[in-house]
Amino acid sequence: MKVLVAVKRVIDYNVKIRVKADNTGVETANVKMSMNPFDEIAVEEAIRMKEKGAATEIIAFSAGPAQCQETIRTALAMGADRGVLVQTDAELQPLAVAKLLKAVVDKEQPGLVIVGKQAIDDDSNATGQMLAALLGWSQGTFANKLNVADGSIEVKREVDGGLENIKLKMPAVITTDLRLNEPRYASLPNIMKAKKKPIETLAPDALGVDVAPRLKVLKVEEPPKRKAGIKVKTVAELVDKLKNEAGVI
Amino acid sequence: MAILVVAAHDNKTVRANVANAVAAATQMGGDVTVLVAGKDCDEAAKSAAAIQGVAKVLQADDAAYANWVAEDVAPLVVKLAPNYSHIVMAADSVGKNLAPRVAALLDVAQVSEAIKIVSPDTFVRPIYAGNAMATVQTADKIKVVTIRPTNFKAAAGSGSATIEKVGGEGAKGLSSYVGAELSKSERPELTSAKIVVSGGRGMGSGDNFKILEALADRLGAGLGASRAAVDAGYVPNDYQVGQTGKVVAPDLYIAVGISGAIQHLAGMKDSKTIVAINKDEEAPIFQVADYGIVGDLFQIVPELTTAVEKK
Repeated sequence: MKVLVAVKRVIDYNVKIRVKADNTGVETANVKMSMNPFDEIAVEEAIRMKEKGAATEIIAFSAGPAQCQETIRTALAMGADRGVLVQTDAELQPLAVAKLLKAVVDKEQPGLVIVGKQAIDDDSNATGQMLAALLGWSQGTFANKLNVADGSIEVKREVDGGLENIKLKMPAVITTDLRLNEPRYASLPNIMKAKKKPIETLAPDALGVDVAPRLKVLKVEEPPKRKAGIKVKTVAELVDKLKNEAGVI
Repeated sequence: MAILVVAAHDNKTVRANVANAVAAATQMGGDVTVLVAGKDCDEAAKSAAAIQGVAKVLQADDAAYANWVAEDVAPLVVKLAPNYSHIVMAADSVGKNLAPRVAALLDVAQVSEAIKIVSPDTFVRPIYAGNAMATVQTADKIKVVTIRPTNFKAAAGSGSATIEKVGGEGAKGLSSYVGAELSKSERPELTSAKIVVSGGRGMGSGDNFKILEALADRLGAGLGASRAAVDAGYVPNDYQVGQTGKVVAPDLYIAVGISGAIQHLAGMKDSKTIVAINKDEEAPIFQVADYGIVGDLFQIVPELTTAVEKK
């Protein structure tokens, strides 16, 4: 079974983002970029499936500017076999990415697609579900545990109030939650090996996909700042403030 | 203009956040219809009809809808969609699972986790874990919007809408529900609790959460945790407050042994009053806390529990 994983290039998890002065977006010049953490979990899960013999080949997909090659290389260094980059400098929104993914899925015919549940930049939490819809496939969102068995996949999902178990007919789209696994670091020899692994580059046009954004971003602003309060010395003082100043207990 | 709110429910009552979604829908303008798709869900439909501002409830009773399988519910929403300008859901685990599937089937974008309705086609939503706010405008004919419940005051419960039955679409056979492992708790649900007590890595162990439980019980509070505490295995994952967990905005949020990573702050910084208890006076949590107390949580928390009157 082929497994396709999608990896997004985002501002690194540890970077404190800055809103551009002209309110058109977030400053990305000279900012460290990394693979979306949820997508690392997707890559890791695919590699574990391959190690267990459930997967035969792992294809790492990304869409965006040429630098997304680096993100794909990271996936290849972790253990993916080859990459597909849909290269465009256009702004890509979840529906467009889902359509690009669908086009590549139609071509590659994987048995499973694993994507992160959300990207930590736009926080949309939509691409996986949209892809499943476009393909007419089942969806296992917010996956905490997966078990592939005979044409179906059991998914333990993180839901409000606990966990839910579902069984999906394959092919399926899975979106990863935090606790599905702990992604490995790529070893130096594997980073070197990854340089030789193939990455196919495609254009959205060649896939027949219109990637024009549907949501127009009118402005991006700083959130209202909470001002720091005061430090109290004793519990008695804290209780007094909560009762008589804040009125919350 | 008419708006369809898709309600999550347990077939007996709709979730509390449906009233928040109705409030958000009302701000978008137009008559609000609530869809209750379930199995033997008469009671849930009645509870939806009682929400103020709801003009009509559509009840679809079908075995396929018993457990919120998105693959089965989405086609029903899509069938109803052409009659509406907006499809609105609360951004909980049901809405996040279902709404994007509906949006893609309609070939429209989704506006995820709107926190403010600027106009019928323009919404404010947080990005980058709430470190930036984007105002987005959609040109799609049918607008699929999930809303963050804590940002909309729940509609009152004095309505009396009519209930209309609609046919179900049956099961697609793509996905089947096996069962759930839900955390059993007598405490208020995190996202609707008036007070939330949360613990972080500073708790040191799952066992130590007992002192937070005692405080939470004394205050009638919900119990939460930071990602670090969940990852360390101290508490189950559904306790997690933050960018990728639950978003809460209680009247009082007490953060205990939580350093205050931006991903955690994303989930609680809209709380009315924030208290931080941490031994590290440089911890970022103090930058958002109204009241901070620096010291040993194992001493302060029991003292606080004793000091507050039982609710």
